[in-house]
Amino acid sequence: MRETAMLEIRNLHVTVDDKPILRGLELEVHAGEVHAIMGPNGSGKSTLAHVLAGREGYVVTQGEVRYMGRDLLALAPEERAREGIFLAFQYPVEIPGVANIYLLKAALNAMRRHRGEAELDAVDFLALVKGKLRLMDMDETLLYRAVNEGFSGGEKKRNEILQMAVLEPRLAILDETDSGLDIDALKVVANGVNAMRGRERAMILVTHYQRLLDYIRPDRVHVLAQGRIALSGGPDLAQELERRGYAWVEAEARGQQAGAAGGQR
Amino acid sequence: MRVAPAEPCVPGFLSAYPALAPRLPGAAVPWLRRCRDEAMERFAALGLPTSRDEDWKYTSVAAIARRAFGVAAAVDLSDELHAMVSRHAMVGTHRMVFVDGHFVPGLSQAMPLPAGAWVGSLAQALDTRAVDAEAFFAAADEATDGFAALNAAFWSDGAWMDLAAGVALEVPVHLLFVTTRSDLAVFPRNLIRVGAGASATVIEHHVGPEGVAYLGDTVTRIVLGRGARVAHTKLQQEGRKGFHVAAVAAEQGQDSSFVSHAFAFGGQLARAAIATRLGAEGCDARLSGLYVGSGRQHIDHHTCIDHASPRGTSRELYKGVLDEAARAVFNGRVIVRPDAQRSDALQSNRNLLLSEDAEVDTKPQLEIWADDVKCAHGATVGQLDADQLHYLRARGIGEGDARALLIRAFAADALAGIEHGPLRVRLESLLPGALPEAA
Amino acid sequence: MGKGSVQLDELISQEYRHGFYTPLDADAVPRGLSEDVIRLISAKKQEPAFMLEWRLKAFRHWLTMSEPHWATVHHPPIDYQDIVYYSAPRGKGDGPKSLAEVDPELLRTYEKLGVPLQERELLAGVAVDAVFDSVSVATTFKDKLASLGIVFCSFSEAVRDHPDLVQEYLGSVVPYTDNFFATLNSAVFSDGSFCYIPPGVRCPMELSTYFRINAKNTGQFERTLIIADRGAYVSYLEGCTAPMRDENQLHAAVVELIAREGAEIKYSTVQNWYPGDKEGKGGIYNFVTKRGDCREANSKISWTQVETGSAITWKYPSVILRGDNSVGEFHSVALTNHWQQADTGTKMIHLGRNTRSTILSKGISAGHGSNAYRGLVKVAKSAAGARNYTQCDSLLLGDRCAAHTFPYIEVKNPTARVEHEASTSRIGEDQLFYCQSRGISAEDAVSLIVSGFCKEVFKQLPMEFAVEAQKLLGVSLEGSIG
Repeated sequence: MRETAMLEIRNLHVTVDDKPILRGLELEVHAGEVHAIMGPNGSGKSTLAHVLAGREGYVVTQGEVRYMGRDLLALAPEERAREGIFLAFQYPVEIPGVANIYLLKAALNAMRRHRGEAELDAVDFLALVKGKLRLMDMDETLLYRAVNEGFSGGEKKRNEILQMAVLEPRLAILDETDSGLDIDALKVVANGVNAMRGRERAMILVTHYQRLLDYIRPDRVHVLAQGRIALSGGPDLAQELERRGYAWVEAEARGQQAGAAGGQR
Repeated sequence: MRVAPAEPCVPGFLSAYPALAPRLPGAAVPWLRRCRDEAMERFAALGLPTSRDEDWKYTSVAAIARRAFGVAAAVDLSDELHAMVSRHAMVGTHRMVFVDGHFVPGLSQAMPLPAGAWVGSLAQALDTRAVDAEAFFAAADEATDGFAALNAAFWSDGAWMDLAAGVALEVPVHLLFVTTRSDLAVFPRNLIRVGAGASATVIEHHVGPEGVAYLGDTVTRIVLGRGARVAHTKLQQEGRKGFHVAAVAAEQGQDSSFVSHAFAFGGQLARAAIATRLGAEGCDARLSGLYVGSGRQHIDHHTCIDHASPRGTSRELYKGVLDEAARAVFNGRVIVRPDAQRSDALQSNRNLLLSEDAEVDTKPQLEIWADDVKCAHGATVGQLDADQLHYLRARGIGEGDARALLIRAFAADALAGIEHGPLRVRLESLLPGALPEAA
Repeated sequence: MGKGSVQLDELISQEYRHGFYTPLDADAVPRGLSEDVIRLISAKKQEPAFMLEWRLKAFRHWLTMSEPHWATVHHPPIDYQDIVYYSAPRGKGDGPKSLAEVDPELLRTYEKLGVPLQERELLAGVAVDAVFDSVSVATTFKDKLASLGIVFCSFSEAVRDHPDLVQEYLGSVVPYTDNFFATLNSAVFSDGSFCYIPPGVRCPMELSTYFRINAKNTGQFERTLIIADRGAYVSYLEGCTAPMRDENQLHAAVVELIAREGAEIKYSTVQNWYPGDKEGKGGIYNFVTKRGDCREANSKISWTQVETGSAITWKYPSVILRGDNSVGEFHSVALTNHWQQADTGTKMIHLGRNTRSTILSKGISAGHGSNAYRGLVKVAKSAAGARNYTQCDSLLLGDRCAAHTFPYIEVKNPTARVEHEASTSRIGEDQLFYCQSRGISAEDAVSLIVSGFCKEVFKQLPMEFAVEAQKLLGVSLEGSIG
């Protein structure tokens, strides 16, 4: 028998501006696993990522999310982060006036404090960050610039992965981290992610294209359509999707939903 | 001792003037006496501004008009005063302390000054040297409102700085104006003349007692010669019940550079009018400001950048952080006169409202009379950015810390270009918001 | 400037195209203003007592007021006793009943103006109410509109046929005490357009009013009142011209719009009153009060204006965003050439929650023209979640013109987000040269660059109007560079 899942999503219904986006999503992620969530635009992929990170404006109308055996939805965004959830944003926000390195340090020490560990001093912290910088092939000057301000698209995505590497989360959610990256940047990001894989850590890759999965081999692939997981499979499913597109999955999902609606009558 | 008019503000000053005039600095200098008398006549005609004056549309001075103020004739040196001065002193500056409107050498700190630099008390200069300051006073029409007229009539002292051509004054001059008692009206006047190619850094610093009402009415005039450079920082830390009305006016010569920083933290009603006239070709003006209000503070900034000659450049950035029931007014005028071709002006005013009851009235304005110009302005009023807040929280930073951090980052912009270390440290300690301790 | 502009110098300013005068027999009241004149106007129009009372109240209030002088416009004093406050083409006592009764001379005038008065010649979908001097001459398409319950008629007819509607809404947005010119209008207004769209009705065609000042020494004081009832929609167009005269003529109109729950009113103006000649002689003083009231939730009022005419324009089409989620828009192109002066802009008064407003103003100054944007964005304490975005751009052509921007922003709610941006630029010699080196004449190049500058506003206009506006802009700009 398997151990309890790290993340357990049951019958999750979410609305945004009163519009239903997720409609009964089910998902289980265990430590050590990498899951890819794929699906066409508008299927609810990013909504799932935001709900897990606790973003305002995403209203859970039904269902539950348990993380490490606790009710995740009851936690504030920062509590989730301190409990080890990390969201790499699809559109990382620019924060003028706040140095990148300052944010990293404040975030890391908030987490360490939460875990009852001693805060890192400036020297140890810098040593830690410099190691991770090399991993991400990033220039040190980026540390002293304001958070994401004036960063190129690729720099922003790499910066997200750098933060992940520094914060060492238990559960990392990468929201379309591959979008807008050229092939070299994609490899750097993938290397960073692969280096982070481990038995204690789970990852959810939200992506539209199969491209990223050429470099990061997932354990499970799920297809999101009509606000729920319409299809799940092994890594080969991604290739099939690349060949056949999403239309057939969507059509099946609609069929299922019509069937379900019919059954209620 | 003090001369205390029994009547409220306007009639009080009018009736106090005849007895006081013979005892004011320069009373024996005929042209100066004439200037004061004329200013008094203008004050009699103008009175205090009302909301019908476009420049005072959003700022009511009724609270000042209702009160009676007295003028200090001498200074009491108390321990309290010493403590206050040492609290506000900054190392590495040439410090002149003015208490209740009067220069106090004992509290000041002179630094060696280069030859050709005169920095001293305006009253003393007028009494002991035949300074050619008449031009500063002659502009009879400078008093466009009642406060300027009052200052012109009643000014008691201030700094007189005169830098000969080519003199670089490396040491910042710290002008510390301390008000010590309630119901006083103080009228400092600073005249700063910087010759061709000369440079100076001036910190004009206003402080006062907490919990009592008083009026500070200051005028500072700065004249920059060809290629001169002046960095002027106005640091307003009046008591939270104090009234503060100040005007800074610069007149720029060819290729000169004027940098103005205005920080407003104190006062129940604080108004600063900061103006510069780019009077000859190739001038550069940089104005920045930060106002931070809480409680029921009312903080008003009126700036005017007058491109009167070609090829001038100006940059202006004012930021405001308003909490509780504070109210801020920003009025920024940029004028490009006919024939001031190739002027390049950028102006921006950004406001952060942190509470239900905070208020902002902003009016950036462009008046353009020439065509070959690059002018743009912008103004925003809003709250903290929800996306930024969420991003920080998603990285584990608590909501309170994240807010404080963003407020801090917003305000810290205003420190750009402050080069003097001790001043920078002082200002950083006064910024709103905070850096979370964890980092 | 470079060689290109030498050619431009030679371009001669095109004469004002609408500057003819139609010799008509006019029925006018004596010059000047008094209670008797107002009684006379009211009597001529056979108005009910409530109208006369309202006019007299306005007049008495006006006597206590003085002309405003805060705008950046300058003009010699106006002698309010030297104006004829009512002038009607003589003919039938209370206006023509049908097109057949309209004076053929008048019809020819409208033909010259290009107003499609004859129904058979109408551009499909435009119903026109034409105001000549002070009275409404003809309203087309009345029957078709009536079948939908839409009332579209002259103000006089509305007073006669729908006194209850008039009494309910008149002055409810612009009270007779509002400002000097609006109060004057309230006392003496002679006619105008009235429009009522019943609940749930989408007006199937653009409604249009064409104003023309013809007679000498005549002030035109028309009043427009548009009510869109719950869920209704209407798009309304207004156009104006006047003959060339050496004297200045006063136009002080009032427009009131009321949008009830879920209703939408789109109001477009192409103003081409006579601007005066190259020396600044003559021209219309256009002092107009236009205001819309988004009275109930989810309503929307949008103003679009193209102001190329008048010696002086003084108008601030505004929106009171009273209903929750209501939307106000202001799109403006104002062009001043020769000695024209414009002080125009808008007021967006946010009262309701989640109200939104957008302001887009494009000012073009040429010659000795002076162009000021003056706008107020006010967010009241009650207006949680209010949003405003303002963009004001000025384009300068020539070194003797002026462009000013006076935005007033007052925010009393911390959840509001208000943004204002403005920029000033000119047509660069390099831009002109680039176009010319591609074979485009300097004149066309200016036209091209200016219309690019105005594009965002023009696309708000209905098609026929956009074409007209583009043409007007070209004409108004001629001789503007040198």
